[in-house]
Amino acid sequence: MIPVCRIEDLPLGGSVRLDLDPPITVFHADGGLYAVDDTCTHQDASLSDGWLEGCLIECPLHAASFDLRTGEPQCLPARRPLRTHRVSVDDGTVWLTPAEEPAREKGDAA
Amino acid sequence: MRTVTVVGASLAGLHAARALRSQGFEGHLRIVGAEHHLPYDRPPLTKGYLTGAVTAEHLALTDAQDEAELQPEWLLGARATALDLGERSVVLADGRRLRSDGVVLATGAAAVPLRGTQFLGVHTLRTLEDAASLRAELREGQARVVVVGAGFIGAEVASSCASLGHRVTVVEAGAHPLASQLGEEIGALCAGLHADHGVTLVSGVGVAELHGKDGAGSSAGQRVSWVELTDGRQLPADIVVVGIGARPATAWLLDSGLPLSDGVVCDAGGVTEVPQVVAVGDVARSAGRREEHWTHAMAQPAVAVRNLLAGTTVAGYETPPYFWSDQYGARIQFAGRRHAGDTVRLVEGSPSDRSFAAVYEHEGVRTAAVAMNRPRPFAHLRRELGRPAGTVPA
Repeated sequence: MIPVCRIEDLPLGGSVRLDLDPPITVFHADGGLYAVDDTCTHQDASLSDGWLEGCLIECPLHAASFDLRTGEPQCLPARRPLRTHRVSVDDGTVWLTPAEEPAREKGDAA
Repeated sequence: MRTVTVVGASLAGLHAARALRSQGFEGHLRIVGAEHHLPYDRPPLTKGYLTGAVTAEHLALTDAQDEAELQPEWLLGARATALDLGERSVVLADGRRLRSDGVVLATGAAAVPLRGTQFLGVHTLRTLEDAASLRAELREGQARVVVVGAGFIGAEVASSCASLGHRVTVVEAGAHPLASQLGEEIGALCAGLHADHGVTLVSGVGVAELHGKDGAGSSAGQRVSWVELTDGRQLPADIVVVGIGARPATAWLLDSGLPLSDGVVCDAGGVTEVPQVVAVGDVARSAGRREEHWTHAMAQPAVAVRNLLAGTTVAGYETPPYFWSDQYGARIQFAGRRHAGDTVRLVEGSPSDRSFAAVYEHEGVRTAAVAMNRPRPFAHLRRELGRPAGTVPA
């Protein structure tokens, strides 16, 4: 488990990007905290810079949209899901448990 | 409709094919491509592909899922030379005639060459082959590179060449780079990016002539040696990259009878004079406008295909233009339709920090938005542009 931040430092609509390999971003969206791979599966853009609406995050570069709950793409140009990761809160600290499945290689996505 | 032929194995052609299947077309789907490749993504050709960060395999737009879902008949390395509207056939260079109930024109645009540029070492950049040939020369050691045109292609190529350690000069005929796309003020800011990274920008001067090692002229097989500017200046050059725009690839349609005017003339829904023929992507002049942007080529085909399958125009493509450019580590994003003379108003950030978002306004109405290294506010501004006039908050 990796400490992310204090819960009060992640208000609704906010996000924290962790410079892991690959980077992971924790979002505070409607309905709770969600963690997904930060890099859009379509092309190299940081979803932490994206547009958050409901449980959807829209890529800032080409407007591909993903459901934070499942990582599934909602529209083109993305066609592959993001990895999702477990987030928990313990005594006011947000913790991230990265998924064990390996990330796709960069550039692997169409 | 039993058979649809998509002419152009491009981003727009592929998205037309995907739209055909997703909108219920179950007939025979042909995709004709003049290049030998399956559809690939062109934006990285000026950037990651030139610098070596990505390889040709990474540019592929199709995958096994496409093969399964589209079940297309690929006709690659097959150049369309005519469209016979009488029998509704696409005619290929080898004489084959592809009878079709519907035709999607997706032949894109071709890079405009500089006059008399037969010299070795002179490049345009549109296709994977173009980029591969430039990339190979850039790997032969440090070179003096002259880029003609400081538009998106020129600026991105200059940025890539500079990052590879080449000595780069950019020649721009206009007073500022990108002025026609971004306006004078933002264009002037983009000019600063070149200087920030040690690239010389020569503005307001055209290219008079290229010269080979053995003097002027354009004898084939001779290597370029220097570039003569219209003010008499001489720029030594080992490599010249010409990025002075693109023209729609419509020569093959000249005898078709379809109206052409800097593109295939069609309505806002991509439908030509013939309802069974639609145009998508760069080649389409829809409702008087032609767009050469990636986002348009990806999204507009779904509208054109809808109209094709309906047999008449039932929808128009109304999304405001959006494009981006990555150069010198800066990401520039633009959305909307600005007019000459629009007022530019800074929304946040600072141009001198190379990080800002701004809007264009015409008589108090917001027409467009631009940002450099400010993706989040830009996303907000871009969304607001999509709303009807009058609902945009100040």
